[in-house]
Amino acid sequence: MSRRRRMVLPQVARWIDNRLGASRVARTTLNKVFPDHWSFMLGEIALYCFVILLLTGVYLTFFFVPGSKEVTYNGSYGPLQGVEMSQAFESTLRISFDVRAGLVMRQIHHWAALVFIAAIIAHLMRIFFTGAFRRPREINWMIGVSLLVLAIANGFTGYSLPDDLLSGTGLRIAYSVVLSVPVVGTWIAFLIFGGDFPGTEIITRFFVIHILIVPAAIAVLLVAHLAILVRQKHTQFAGKGRTNTNVVGARLWPTFTAKTLGLFFLVFAVLAALGGLAQINPVWIWGPFEPAAVSAGSQPDWYVGWLEGSLRLFPEWETRLFGFEIPNPFYSGVLIPSVTFGALYAWPFLEARMTKDYAEHHILDRPRDRPVRTGIGVAVLTFFVLLFLAGGNDVLAARFDISVNQITWALRIAVLTLPFLAFLLTYRLCRELQARERAEPPAVAVLERGREGGFTEVEPTTTR
Amino acid sequence: MSGPPDDRAAFERRTVNQVAIAFTISALASVGLAVTYWQGGQNQVEGVLLAIALGGIGYGFVVVARRLLPQGPYTEERDVLPSTDEMVTDFETDLERGEGWLARRGFLLKMLGVAGGALGLAALFPIRSLGPNPGRSLFQTKWGKGSRVVDEQGDPVRVSTLDVGGVLTVFPEGSLEVEDSQVILIRVSDENLVTKKGREDWAPEGYVAYSKVCVHAGCPVGLYQQDVKELLCPCHQSTFDVLDAARPIFGPATRSLPQLPLMIDDDGFLRSQSDFDEPIGPGFWNRDR
Repeated sequence: MSRRRRMVLPQVARWIDNRLGASRVARTTLNKVFPDHWSFMLGEIALYCFVILLLTGVYLTFFFVPGSKEVTYNGSYGPLQGVEMSQAFESTLRISFDVRAGLVMRQIHHWAALVFIAAIIAHLMRIFFTGAFRRPREINWMIGVSLLVLAIANGFTGYSLPDDLLSGTGLRIAYSVVLSVPVVGTWIAFLIFGGDFPGTEIITRFFVIHILIVPAAIAVLLVAHLAILVRQKHTQFAGKGRTNTNVVGARLWPTFTAKTLGLFFLVFAVLAALGGLAQINPVWIWGPFEPAAVSAGSQPDWYVGWLEGSLRLFPEWETRLFGFEIPNPFYSGVLIPSVTFGALYAWPFLEARMTKDYAEHHILDRPRDRPVRTGIGVAVLTFFVLLFLAGGNDVLAARFDISVNQITWALRIAVLTLPFLAFLLTYRLCRELQARERAEPPAVAVLERGREGGFTEVEPTTTR
Repeated sequence: MSGPPDDRAAFERRTVNQVAIAFTISALASVGLAVTYWQGGQNQVEGVLLAIALGGIGYGFVVVARRLLPQGPYTEERDVLPSTDEMVTDFETDLERGEGWLARRGFLLKMLGVAGGALGLAALFPIRSLGPNPGRSLFQTKWGKGSRVVDEQGDPVRVSTLDVGGVLTVFPEGSLEVEDSQVILIRVSDENLVTKKGREDWAPEGYVAYSKVCVHAGCPVGLYQQDVKELLCPCHQSTFDVLDAARPIFGPATRSLPQLPLMIDDDGFLRSQSDFDEPIGPGFWNRDR
C-alpha cells in the first residue's frame, strides 16, 4: 500500500485517462524511438534556443519602451548623461545598467538569437547532406525553410529595436532595399516606415512584429514541424537491424527525455555563460541613432552578413527601361535572397525530378554516396561563406593591411569561380572515398568489454 | 550495462553520487545567484552562477540518461504513410457529398466568391493607414532658395568656418538632423571650383556641398580622404570623386552624389541657391519621372 501511494504519476495518469481516454496514445508516445546520432541534436538545440529566447524576451518586454519620442538620458551610465535619445534607446540603457539582471538577460537573449539561427542552419545542412528532405518529408523541409526565414526576420527586427547607431544604419539600408523594388517599392517602404525614413513609427511596428507576430508564427510552424516528425518518425543512418520500415534507438521515456532535458539545461548554461562573460552589442558605445552619423567597421549580426556582402560585392549595375529604374540594391538585396530561399523551398522537388527518385526514404544517405548533391551543397556553402566574408571586407582590409578595393575585386572573382572549384573538389573527394571503400571493405573487429573495463578482440561470429 | 551484479551496483552508486554532487553544486550556485541579486547584481557573476546552476542540472540529466537508464536499442516499426486505396476511395466519396451539393449550387458559390472577394478588398484599405502616399516627397528636401547652411549644432557656416581641407556635416537652417537634408560640406581650395560644366558658380571659395545620403543604400557618406579628394561610404565602400561632381569611382554606387548649389551672401554666410536638382539618396522606380 505504501509503495502504491508513492507512485504519483500513475495516479495522475489515471485521473487524466478517466477524462480523456488518452492512455493508448500516451503509451505510444512514451515508447517513441529516437535514433541516436549526434547530428540529430542540432534541431533540438534550435528548439531550446527558441524556448530560451521566449523566456529572456518576456523579461525584456517588461522594461523595454518601444517608442521614438526623444527623451534626455539621466540614468546611471555617465558618458551619455544629458544626451537626447529615443525612448527605445533610453530603455535599452536602463535595462543594461539600472534593471537588476537586465544586462545578463539582454545578452543571453542576443546570444541565444545568434545560436538559434546557427543551429537552424546546421540542422538544415544535416538534413540536406543526408537527403532527409526526400519523400515523405518535403512538407517538413519547407516548414523548416520557413522557420529559417522567420528566425532571420525576427533577428533583424530585434536587432533594430534598441534604436542605436548601428541598428539605425541597418534600418536605413533595409529601407533602401525595399525602395528598390520595381513599381511598388516606394509605396511598400512608406507603408512599412509610415513615411520617409526614419519616421517615428518603425520601432513600435518592429516591436509588435518582433514580440508577437513572428514568434507566434514560429511557434505554430514549430508545432507543425514536430507533429509531422512524430507522424513520420525519424530518419536513421543505415546500420545493423535498421531498415526503411523501422526506427532503432532509445525510447522517449525515460532515456530520451532525460537526455534531451539535459541538453536543454546545457544549452541554457552555455548561453548564460556567454551572456555573462562575452559582451555583445554594447549599444552604449555605439550611441543613439543619428541620421548623419555612421562609422567604418559597421557589421550586422552574422546571419545578415551574406546580404551585406551581396550589397558590397555587386557591381555598379542598374537597369533603366522606358524612363523607369530598377536600382542596384534590388539585385543584391532582393533578387539574390529571393533566389536563395526559392531554391531552398524547391530543392526536394528539383532533386526528385533530376534523379527520377520519387520513392519513400527513411534511411539517410552518407554525403559521399551522393557526390552531386554533396558537391552542389558545398558549392552553395562556399558561395555564401564568400558573401559573408565580403560583408566584412573593410574589417579584412584593415586587419591584413590591403586595400578594400583589392579585396572586393578578389572576392568578386572568387564568388563566381570558387563555388565551381568547390563542386569539382567535393565531387572528386566523394568518388575517391567511395572507391577506397570498394577497394578495401571495412575491417570488422569485435571487441568485448571485460570485467575490468578493458577491451579485448574476439573472433567475429556470424550471427547476432 | 553487463557485468556481475556487485560491479553494477558499485557503478550505479558512483553515478548516483556524481549526479547528486552536480545537483548540489547547482543548488549552491542558485543560492549564490539570489545573493548576488540582493547585493545589487553583477553581470559576469550572474552569468557564471546561472551557467553553473543550469549546467549542474543538465549534467545530472545527461549522466543519468547515459549510464542508468535503459539504452536499448529498441526497434519500432514505421506506419505505412499512404492510406489504403479503400480508405482513400471512402474519403473521396465523403468529400463528394459536399462537392456535389456545391456543384449544383454554382450560382451561390459564385456569389460567395464575390462577397468574399469584396470583403478581402475592403480589408485591404486599412493598410493604407500605415503610411502616406509617397507622392513627390522623395524628390525634395528641406533645402530651398537661400537656405542658410548650419552645422550639426545649428550654428551658421561662414566663409571663414573651414580651412582648406576641412569637412563638415551641415543642414538647412531650421531642419537639423532631417535625414534627407544632410549634406557634406568640403572646402577643397580657396577659389571657385567647377565640378562639372553648367555648375560654374556652385562651389564658391572652394566650398563644395554634396548630399550625404549615399545613392546606393542610403548610408551617410561620411569618410573624406583629403589626400585623394575622395568621399567613401563606410557601409558598402562606394567611392566618389569630389573634384569630378562626386562621380562614383568604386563600389556599387551607380551615379554621382547630387550636388547642392551654394552661394555666399553679403554677410559671408553660406546659403543654398536652391534645392537639389535631382532626387537624393538611393534609386527607386520612378526616380527619373
